Amino acid sequence: MKILVCISNVPDTTSKINFADGDTKFDTNGVQFVINPNDEFGLTRAMWFKEKQGSTVHVATVGEVSVEPTLRKALAIGADEAIRINAVPTDGLFVAQQLAEVVKNGQYDLVIAGRESIDYNGGMVPGMLATLLDVNFVNTCIGLEIEEDEEDKVTAIREIDGGKETLATTLPLVVGGQKGLVEESELRIPNMRGIMMARKKALNVVEPIDAIQGTEDKKFEKPAPKGTVKLVDSDKIEELIDLLHNEAKVI
Amino acid sequence: MSVLVYTESENGKFKKNAFEAASYAKEVASLLGTSAIAITFNAHDNESLGENGISKVLKVSNEQLKTFNAKAFASVIAQAVEKENAKVVIVSSSADTKFMVPILAARLKAGYAPNVVAAPESIEPFTVKRTAFSNKGFAHTQINTDIKIVGVSNNAFGQIENKVDIEIEDFSPNIDDSSFLMKSIEVDKVVGKATIADADIVVSGGRGLKGPENWGMIEELAEVLGAATACSKPVSDLGWRPHGEHVGQTGKPVASNLYIAIGISGAIQHLAGVSASKTKVVINTDPEAPFFRAADYGIVGDAFEVVPKLIEKLKDFKAQNT
Repeated sequence: MKILVCISNVPDTTSKINFADGDTKFDTNGVQFVINPNDEFGLTRAMWFKEKQGSTVHVATVGEVSVEPTLRKALAIGADEAIRINAVPTDGLFVAQQLAEVVKNGQYDLVIAGRESIDYNGGMVPGMLATLLDVNFVNTCIGLEIEEDEEDKVTAIREIDGGKETLATTLPLVVGGQKGLVEESELRIPNMRGIMMARKKALNVVEPIDAIQGTEDKKFEKPAPKGTVKLVDSDKIEELIDLLHNEAKVI
Repeated sequence: MSVLVYTESENGKFKKNAFEAASYAKEVASLLGTSAIAITFNAHDNESLGENGISKVLKVSNEQLKTFNAKAFASVIAQAVEKENAKVVIVSSSADTKFMVPILAARLKAGYAPNVVAAPESIEPFTVKRTAFSNKGFAHTQINTDIKIVGVSNNAFGQIENKVDIEIEDFSPNIDDSSFLMKSIEVDKVVGKATIADADIVVSGGRGLKGPENWGMIEELAEVLGAATACSKPVSDLGWRPHGEHVGQTGKPVASNLYIAIGISGAIQHLAGVSASKTKVVINTDPEAPFFRAADYGIVGDAFEVVPKLIEKLKDFKAQNT
């Protein structure tokens, strides 16, 4: 099975978010970039398929040269090859079209992308990619088993509001992954050997195709600062109930 | 041209987000000087959408579509877009809808702005305000395509009374059999309990509760309030609670009216994930816990003493107010 894991290069979850150039751009100053957490769960599941079912795992991202350390990290975790599509990832529709081209050229059986990136929160790339490729798609996937035989049967579990749904389908398939595909404790930190090997692995740069851009983020703003908390004495709980009822009007 | 809204239902009953999406669609339709049309799937009481400004319903009644199927629903909605010459499509933010919309957007080659929190700021160009950076910021996003898709955040725009005459039209779209190459085998869903996505109130527990055996009081508090239960990331990672309850930047976002955080210190990722909630209450032993700086109301105290008292007082309050 040939797997492509699509990776987004995002600010670390602990980052404080600031904007620059008159609030038109995300301020990358002092920000640590990482593999998007939803993608990392997918990558780890892909490594499982590599080890247990002999799959080949490639990773791809749309980005400028500055994203290469994140691709190298994915190689150090164990991916076999990386592909960088040399363009600024302007919006989900644009990115999905670029990735579709890579998937077509690479003949992948399974594509795993995170259900959303934690920076721009589009949550649209996996579904658009599946549609452009006209293949099956499972979003918010928290369980994935594949029997590699003539039928290539897939059992996927997806998270729904208030529970989960089990789906049966076949390859080829695009998955929107998240935590649950593997556990947090199964995520891998690259070791020294992995880092050394990653230096020798192929990181192919391809030029983008002409594509539609659906949306454009023109300006950003930070949330308004929160007012001061009203503290209630732990012996006067009825005061809290009164505030919630009469002031906040939420109960 | 028109504005089309997908109004989501479950077992025939419209979800709360359907009325919010309908209200938003009416607002956009007014700005564009056109009407708002809804598409419904096996829904009862289609007339009720007229309360929120919907003047026409395309009513789909189809056995094959009784179970949600993202690709099939997207195909039907695409046909409705074409039939009504819709230029703006309004959708909600449920898990099913977020599964379906990218399929629709790719089919229509439409720009899609998700997590939108307010009416469009401008129509020409079409610009909306949405959350970004996992609620640590907002983006003002311009949609450039001919057909535009707007995903409305839960509990953001609200339901707006705007009664209009409504016409119900039966709509029989072509059903694309290839959609059913993906089969639903089993749905395992909590019945009769509020979910994090839909609940007005969410009660959430953190590591301060010391162990899964102590969740009884969290569940009891949630029951008294008719709330959904949630938890912090460490709690889900430790396996004390199921992953589905994890709220925060890498878990589920919360946009409830009231969020009660018990024994949660308030890591930046957690605060981001719950920041869309309107009122936040924190109960924590540590007065220096970062959550106190993000909350509206707080009690510094031991959850094991405070929560049982709170349950008792709330029961008294409910008894007097119902």
